[in-house]
Amino acid sequence: MDGNNAKASPSTPPWSEEAERPPLPPRPSELNLMQLTTSTSNASRPPTRAGLVSGATTAVSMADVNSYNRPDGSKELRVTPSRVSSSPSIRAATSNKTSEIGEDNSSIRSYAPFGRYIQDTESIFDGEVQEDQGLSSSFSDGMFEDGPDSFDDEEDVDFDKEFDDPDDKIVGEEMAHNVWKSKRKHFIILSAAGKPIYTRHGSDAVISAYVGIIQTIISSYLDWDDQLRSFRAGGVLFAVLSQSNLFLVGITSLPESEAQLRVQLEALYMQILSTLTLPTLTHLFSVRPSTDLRRPLEGTEVLLSSLADTFTRGSPSTLLSALECLKIRKSHRNVINTTMIRARVDDLLYGLIVAGGRLVSVIRPKKHSLHPGDLQLIFNMIFEAEGIKAGGGDSWVPICLPGFNNTGYLYMYVSFLDMRGDQAREMAENERIAKEDSVAIILLSANKEGFEDLHSMKNYLVHEFRRNQSLRIIHAAVQAGRPAPTDIIAGTVLRHFLYKSKGNVQFFMPSYSPNFETLKQRRRLMSLYHHLHASVHAKHAAVKVHHSVGTSATALAWVTPMFELYCVASPSTSRNALAQSVNKVLQWVQREEERIFIIGGAVF
Amino acid sequence: MADQSSAPKPSSSVKLVLLGEAAVGKSSLVLRFVNNDFQENKEPTIGAAFLTQKISLPSRIIKFEIWDTAGQERFASLAPMYYRNAQAALVVYDLTKPTSLIKARHWVAELQRQASPGIVIALVGNKLDLCAESSGDNDSAADSPADAEEGGAEPGEAEPTDNGDARKISTREAKSYAEEEGLLFFETSAKTGTNVADVFSAIANAIPETSLKGSRGAAGGGTQAALSGAANRADEARVNLADRAKQKSDNCAC
Repeated sequence: MDGNNAKASPSTPPWSEEAERPPLPPRPSELNLMQLTTSTSNASRPPTRAGLVSGATTAVSMADVNSYNRPDGSKELRVTPSRVSSSPSIRAATSNKTSEIGEDNSSIRSYAPFGRYIQDTESIFDGEVQEDQGLSSSFSDGMFEDGPDSFDDEEDVDFDKEFDDPDDKIVGEEMAHNVWKSKRKHFIILSAAGKPIYTRHGSDAVISAYVGIIQTIISSYLDWDDQLRSFRAGGVLFAVLSQSNLFLVGITSLPESEAQLRVQLEALYMQILSTLTLPTLTHLFSVRPSTDLRRPLEGTEVLLSSLADTFTRGSPSTLLSALECLKIRKSHRNVINTTMIRARVDDLLYGLIVAGGRLVSVIRPKKHSLHPGDLQLIFNMIFEAEGIKAGGGDSWVPICLPGFNNTGYLYMYVSFLDMRGDQAREMAENERIAKEDSVAIILLSANKEGFEDLHSMKNYLVHEFRRNQSLRIIHAAVQAGRPAPTDIIAGTVLRHFLYKSKGNVQFFMPSYSPNFETLKQRRRLMSLYHHLHASVHAKHAAVKVHHSVGTSATALAWVTPMFELYCVASPSTSRNALAQSVNKVLQWVQREEERIFIIGGAVF
Repeated sequence: MADQSSAPKPSSSVKLVLLGEAAVGKSSLVLRFVNNDFQENKEPTIGAAFLTQKISLPSRIIKFEIWDTAGQERFASLAPMYYRNAQAALVVYDLTKPTSLIKARHWVAELQRQASPGIVIALVGNKLDLCAESSGDNDSAADSPADAEEGGAEPGEAEPTDNGDARKISTREAKSYAEEEGLLFFETSAKTGTNVADVFSAIANAIPETSLKGSRGAAGGGTQAALSGAANRADEARVNLADRAKQKSDNCAC
C-alpha cells in the first residue's frame, strides 16, 4: 500500500534495533512435530478463536473435531455460546460417525457424498468446525426476514469505487470522510487500549474519531461483564470479535449475517496470528498493554487488505469454509500425487500444488490434516497479494498456520511455474501473472534451514512433472477454466451453483460466465448465496430445503449431512424445472466426484 | 538454470545477500538487475526471495545466487541464515531517509562481526532519482541545495521537499563512512536503472579469485539432482549444505 517509501514509523529509533529486537519467534528447533501435537491440546491457554482451539493439530480426524464430548468442550461453548444449536440432523449424523471409527486415531475418516462411507480414504482437511461454530450462531435480526426479494435491493451498489482509496491530501478532509462513509464494508482492528491497528479504508485522521467511539462502546460492555458481539443501526451491521487484546470490527451494509461476518473477522485474526503467533501477540500486550501493533505487523497490511477485499467481493470459499480443487482426471491426479510422494524430502510437512487458487494436489503426513483457514491464508498471501508473486524467484517465508499450531512458525517454500508455452519453463520473473494462470509449488517445513532441500525437491518435481506430462495436464485444465453450467448439464435452467462436499471440506462451482461476468453481478450472486446460506444455517433452523423466488432470480438451497447445494436460476424458473436440474447436478457431481474433489489426498 | 553456459569461460557461483531497512528498495534493485524491470508501489517482500542472475566478466562468468531479504524488524532474527557463507552483501539505504543509513551501519557492523571473514560488502544508497541532479555527482551539493527550483527528478513517492530534492544523506557522508569501513560504495536508482548493474559487476570483480573455485551445482543443478533417486537426493542436499558450511569448495555436482 505504501509503496517503496512506506514510512517506518519514526517513533521507534532504528538504532535500538540491535539491542531490543522484537521477541524472537520460537526457534524451529523447538518446532518438531511431537511438540506441535502436544502443545495444541493445552486447554489452559488464553481464550482464542474457538475454531482454532477445537480444530488444531491434535484433531487427527474430523470425527474428533466434530465431537462435542471432548475435554475442552465447555470452553468452546463459552466462546461461542450458540454453536451447539446447529441443525440436529447434521449433528446426529456426524456424531454417529464419530463412534463408528472412534478407535482409529491414526487415520482420518472421510465419507464421500451420497452416503458411501469409505473408511480407508481419508480427508485432507479438518474443517467442519469453523462452519459449525461460525454459522450456527445467532442469526436473529431482520436482515433476511423481509421476504425473498431482499436480494434485489442492491441494484444501487456502486461497487466500482468500493476498493478505491483516494489520498486525503488530494481530496480534502471532508471529501475523505464522505468517501469513507460511502464504502459498503469496513474492517477496523484496534487494540483493547484503543490504538488503531488496521483499517481497510480511510486514513488515521478519518478513522480516529470512530475508533475512539468503537473502543468506548465495546469496553463499556466489557465493564458490565458482557461481550458486545454485534448490533445493527440504520441497515448497517456491526460485528465485533474480541481476541487477545484485539478488537476486530466488521461493518457492513451488504446482505450478510452476523455469523458470516464473524467468520471473516476470524480470518483477519488468523492473519495476524499468522504473522506474529499467539504467544508473541499475548506477550506484546502483557508487557505493554498500550503496544502499537502496527510496528510488528509492518508490511502485512496488504495481506489484511487483500483478505478484506476478498470478503467484500464475496468469496464462496469463505462462505462455505471449504476449498476448491482443479478438475482433472483421477488418474492424472494420482500421477501427480505419486510424484510428490516420491520427491518428498525428510523435512517436508505439507506439499501443495495450486493452480490459479485451486488445489491440484496435496501430500501430508498421516497424522496431520490441513485446516481450510490456514490454506485460505496461504492462498491469499500467494495469489491475492502481490508481495510474493511479483517479486520473482523463489520465496522462503516464515508463517504461522494458526489452525495447525498457533504457537510457532513453519517455513514455506513457494515457487511459481510459468505454464505458458508448450514447455513449461520456470517463470520469467518480470512477467506479471494473472491469478488464474499461475501455478505454484508450495512446500512447508518446520525446519528453518530447509530451503536447499525443498528447492531441490522443487527442481525434481518440475523435472518429473514435465517428463510425465503432468505440467501439460495442469496447464490444460487451468486454460479450460471452470465448465459453464450448460456444459455440465445441457440446457439446464441453472445459472450458477455451489456444491460443498462436507466430508471433503471442498466445494465445486461452475464458471461465472456467461451470466455473472462483472464484479457487480458477481457480488449480487454472492449476496444471494449469503442469503441462502444464512437461511439454512440460521439458529434453530430445521430447514433442509429452501426455495426462494425473487424478481431477479429463483434460488434453492439444500442441506444434507453429506453436502450443501446452492443453486440460482432465472426468476421465471418453475419449481419442477429447478428440482430436475438440481437432481442432475447431484448425479453429475456423483459421477465426477473424484475429478472435482481431492479425496483423501496423498499421505506419507 | 543449470550451468549450461557453452562459453569456455569458467563459471562460479556467488552467494549474495541484500540487507537494509524496509522500503529502501532492495527488491527493486534485484528486480532491476535480474529482469531490468521496475514496479511502482511494490508490495513488501515477505520472508525472503531467492533469485539468480549471471554476469560475464572478461575472465569468467559469475552466477549470483541472490537472497533478497525482507526489511521489517520481525524478520531480523532470520538474517544470519541468509548471510551465513555469503561471499557478498549489498547493504541498502534510502538516500531520502536518514534513519535508513543508521540501520545500514548496523547491518554492516553485524556482517563484519558475524559473516564470513572475506565477505565483500557494498553500501548502496538507493532512490537517486528522487535527488536533484547536482547532488548526485557533487559531493558537497547535498548539504546546500541551493538550486531550489530544480525539479529534475520529481519525488513521486518520497516526502516532497521545498526544492524538489528529497535527498537527506549526502554523498560525502556515506562515502567517507564506506571508505572507513572498506566497503564498496554506490548511489543507485532502481527506478531509472542508474548504477545498478555497476554495483553487481563491481562486486563480481571484488570477489577474491581464491574464493571462486568453479561452480557448485547445489542451487541450479536441479536437473542433475532430479536424475538421482529421491531418497539419495535428500541426502545429497544435506551433504551439500554441510560441505558449504565448512568451506566454499568445488563440490561440483556436475
